[in-house]
Amino acid sequence: MWRARLRSVVLAAAALLAVAPGILAQHEVTADDVREGERLFASTCTGCHGADGDAVFGVDLGHGQFRNSPTDDDLARTIRNGLAGTGMPPSTFSDPQAAMLVAYLRSRVATPIGLVPGDAARGKAIFDGKGKCATCHRVAGSGSRLGPDLSDIGLTRKVDDLHRSLVEPGAEILPANRSFRVVTRDGTTITGRLLNHDTFAVLLIDSQERLRSFAKATLRDYGFVDASSMPSYRDSLTADERTDIVRYLASLTGVKSERSATRDPDR
Amino acid sequence: MTNKTSRTLFLILLLATASLRAQVSFERLLRADREPQNWLTYSGTVQSQRFSQLTQITPDNVKNLQLQWIFQARSIEKFETTALVVDGIMYTVQAPNDLLALDAVTGRTFWMYSYRPSQDSRPCCGRVNRGVAILGDTLFMGTIDGHLVAVDARNGRPIWDAAVAQPEAGYAFTHAPLVVKDKVIVGTAGGEFGIRGFLAAFDAKSGKEIWRFYTIPGPGEPGHESWSGDSWKRGGGSIWVTGSYDPDLNLTYWGIGNAGPDYNGDVRLGDNLYTSSVVALDADTGKLKWHYQFSPHDEFDYDAVQVPVLGDITWNGGPRKVMMFANRNGFFYVLDRGTGQFLLGKPFVRVNWADGFDDKGRPRRVPGQIPTEQGTLIFPGNQGGTNWYNPSFSPRTGLFYIPTWVNYSSIYVRRPAEFAEGRGFNGGTVRNTVPQGLRVGPVGYRTEDEGYGAVRAIDPHTGDLKWEYKMTEFTQAGILTTASDLVFTGGNEGYFFALNARTGALLWKSTVGGQVASGPMTYAVGGRQYVAVAAGSSLFAFALRQ
Repeated sequence: MWRARLRSVVLAAAALLAVAPGILAQHEVTADDVREGERLFASTCTGCHGADGDAVFGVDLGHGQFRNSPTDDDLARTIRNGLAGTGMPPSTFSDPQAAMLVAYLRSRVATPIGLVPGDAARGKAIFDGKGKCATCHRVAGSGSRLGPDLSDIGLTRKVDDLHRSLVEPGAEILPANRSFRVVTRDGTTITGRLLNHDTFAVLLIDSQERLRSFAKATLRDYGFVDASSMPSYRDSLTADERTDIVRYLASLTGVKSERSATRDPDR
Repeated sequence: MTNKTSRTLFLILLLATASLRAQVSFERLLRADREPQNWLTYSGTVQSQRFSQLTQITPDNVKNLQLQWIFQARSIEKFETTALVVDGIMYTVQAPNDLLALDAVTGRTFWMYSYRPSQDSRPCCGRVNRGVAILGDTLFMGTIDGHLVAVDARNGRPIWDAAVAQPEAGYAFTHAPLVVKDKVIVGTAGGEFGIRGFLAAFDAKSGKEIWRFYTIPGPGEPGHESWSGDSWKRGGGSIWVTGSYDPDLNLTYWGIGNAGPDYNGDVRLGDNLYTSSVVALDADTGKLKWHYQFSPHDEFDYDAVQVPVLGDITWNGGPRKVMMFANRNGFFYVLDRGTGQFLLGKPFVRVNWADGFDDKGRPRRVPGQIPTEQGTLIFPGNQGGTNWYNPSFSPRTGLFYIPTWVNYSSIYVRRPAEFAEGRGFNGGTVRNTVPQGLRVGPVGYRTEDEGYGAVRAIDPHTGDLKWEYKMTEFTQAGILTTASDLVFTGGNEGYFFALNARTGALLWKSTVGGQVASGPMTYAVGGRQYVAVAAGSSLFAFALRQ
């Protein structure tokens, strides 16, 4: 599915990448580079990382977030040299091939913001006002922690996904975002978002945004709640209003690290 | 002869005798069950049951287990090693290839031999090591750059170093070698890189290669016809878990890894022998005695890289020498280990790629259940119903214990396969049935229907499930059983725990703060029983509170 969507943004992403710093700045990234990067990724990387880039536990390449490789140069270095302490082996890719893979991985992230229609300022106003989105969601330190924090949602979800989430919130809920419910022995029901669980314990953030831990042995019942607690905005917002919200969300790219922007690339 | 001379001679003789006693002869390896204070091979004994005769720790007192020491590895690689213990000295490996001698009572280090693998090494799934072997006073370690090294067990000095395979082409040694008589047997990993797998035996004294068995037959050899074209040259068939040995039959048994490319069999038409099989080889010559292929023409990455467990059980009213094998493909098997005859095959988890067996024990494939461009949902998924982490067989309970992934599936996607030396050669990919999403920590967010880890106890006579101990998260922890009817294991959640081997009841648990991805083992020093397990990047030893 993402492959189809991907192709539609490859050219635009390549254009965006042309201005990216590091090794990619050494030559202009073309759509062919991205396509070649995709081919290399499919033939070499998906064996471990999976088609969606999330088959290695704790690693998710499909959303442009690279824990150990914040910059493009870091990413290229990881691709070439592997990563000690992980299953990531060194490769036989040349520098240009590594750069193509970086171009491809970056292209998977999101639609370039300049191509997203709508008005971000209007979208923010609807988000904070009529849409009441901040009742559950949080952006840059303000709003509720009950739902997913959307501070960098523009980096991690595509425009199509954002539109769909507004009209069909239950269509695709990431497993980590499913609501979780526990019922204590005295019959008290607590609903929240699951933060961790194991054979013996459940850790969640409850509707009062408290971090709670429960021993499973003390619970009468516990489990995921199937339905999404988010309302559909199909009828309550106009198409233009939804477009503005999506434009606002697409502009959210998280907290920028001063360090990674300014540090010596040859450290 | 003066008094002084005679005293000196006596001392020398005494030392020599002590030294001889401390030597780990092959006879000691064969009779390892008679000295349960020691753990002399990767799987405890050459039969690989991971069953210990030690009984100091019991279901009644296991709650009094207490941490005795922790060895913190200076390595962030996964700690997959099962340690050896010989007369109070523990030998383990700090990944990738630092061999250590520790005091088994205190965890303090006697010495460390640091092998520096080549930068060209590229093991697919971590720079890991699962253990070493010992014979005489010499330890043997395979390295991730395809070397086999012999190291003096007293001082950690290398004795010989055999460069066996090419790391740049994806070859690597990650499992503990197996000693049979005067030979050290080791096989190569690299099934995701288009290697041609092999198992080889080396003279323990000199490191000279004595025999080599290619897991993919070459031109003119039986089985070669099961590969189309030149596909045999890069058909995988890796080995990355230690095999077993039957001294009466003089056969050594090894599980063979997946065919390559993993998910696209179109370029390797045929059964692709001996991938996803178990082979029985003459231990002196490496000649194939028999084979059984669990997953003919595998396209699901179903390595048969599990430990072949040898046991003598009653079968149809008479004694039978069998091999028990819980396979990644979701089936539990019993084979006659003298002939390879298929005796039993039964799913121990949900399986949807095969629905049974023909008379000869060949799996009956479900039509359409193959990787496709769009993706096909297959049970069990890519990591299997179980995998390399060792099972255990208790002759006391008669049960076979499997670290299990229950309700686990993957979506298999077929793609063209491109071969380039040293690169991944997969011919497709897998999708997680439950996407991980973002910021997922060390624990997944699956419902029980979407998968969970468990210890499953199986009756090998029927393949029936006797009991199950459920975990929330999957497990990569091996299993140890003892003659006091305890099961020790752990899981991805970071607990190490003990179960009643007859009922599966939880008797004791301790957090170890990191995933258990190794096999627990037990030993005794000074009459005190210890249980040791690696988790995260540390090794933990427990004993009863004194």
